[in-house]
Amino acid sequence: MATKIKARKKGNATEILVLVQHPMETGSRKDKKTKKEIPAHFIQTLNFAINGKSVADVAMGIGVSKNPLVGIRVKNAKSGDKIEVSWKDNKGETGGAKTAVK
Amino acid sequence: MKRRTFLKGTVATSALAVAAGAGLLRSGQALAAEWPKAAFDAGDVAAASKAAFGSDGAASKDIKIKAPLQAENGAVVPVKVETSLADVKSIAILVAKNPKPLATKVDFSGDSVGFYSTRVKMGKTSDIIVYVNSGGKILKASATVKVTVGGCGG
Repeated sequence: MATKIKARKKGNATEILVLVQHPMETGSRKDKKTKKEIPAHFIQTLNFAINGKSVADVAMGIGVSKNPLVGIRVKNAKSGDKIEVSWKDNKGETGGAKTAVK
Repeated sequence: MKRRTFLKGTVATSALAVAAGAGLLRSGQALAAEWPKAAFDAGDVAAASKAAFGSDGAASKDIKIKAPLQAENGAVVPVKVETSLADVKSIAILVAKNPKPLATKVDFSGDSVGFYSTRVKMGKTSDIIVYVNSGGKILKASATVKVTVGGCGG
C-alpha cells in the first residue's frame, strides 16, 4: 500500500502531510454480494520521525477515513532534515515513506 | 558517500519487514507503538476520554477546530485542530455519536506545534470533540458537523 509524504513550510513551522492508501475497514461492514462481514483492517499506529528522532505518534481507530491523510506541524525543522513516517495496521502490515525538508 | 546511500537503500527495504515484525523498528516508535485499545473500544465519549486521558477535561477557547458545518459525505470529513495552548502533549479527535467515538489521538514529543489534521468518518450529524493535553491539563472544545449521508456501514 502506497504511502506518500510531503513537507512544506508554513510560516515558522513545517507541515508534514502523509497520505496512506489503506481501506480502513471497520469490521462492521458487510459485503453486498456474499452478505459476509468484511473483517476489520485499519491502521493503528503511525509514527513521524525527524533525523531518526520520534516527534509524533498517531494512534488511529476505525473512525479515521479510508486512505488516511494526516498532518502535523513541527518547528525548528531545517533544510535537509530527514523526515520518516512508518505505520502499522491491525493485521501487522507495515509501510512508510521518507522525504527531506526543502 | 555513494556507498552509504546504496547501503542505506538496500538495508532499509530488505530489513524493514524483518525489523518491523521483530519489533526492532527505531526506538522512537517502539516506545509509543502501543495502541490504546481500551480508549478506541470505548462506546461513549466519557469512557473514551477517561481511557485516553483519565479525565473528562475542561472547556477551552484556545482550541480551534476547523471542520465543515455540513458534510455531504460522512465517510470523509476533514478536521483540522489548531491550538495556542502551551506544551501540547497530545491531541485527540472524537466523534460523539459514532459507535466508537475516539477516532484518533496523537502524542507529541519534541518540536511539535499544537496542530493536527486528519479525516474522520461520521455516521450521522454529531459533535466533534477535541481533547488537548496541555502540560498535563486536559482541555476540550467541540464543533457540530451536519451529515447528510452517513459514513459508517455500507
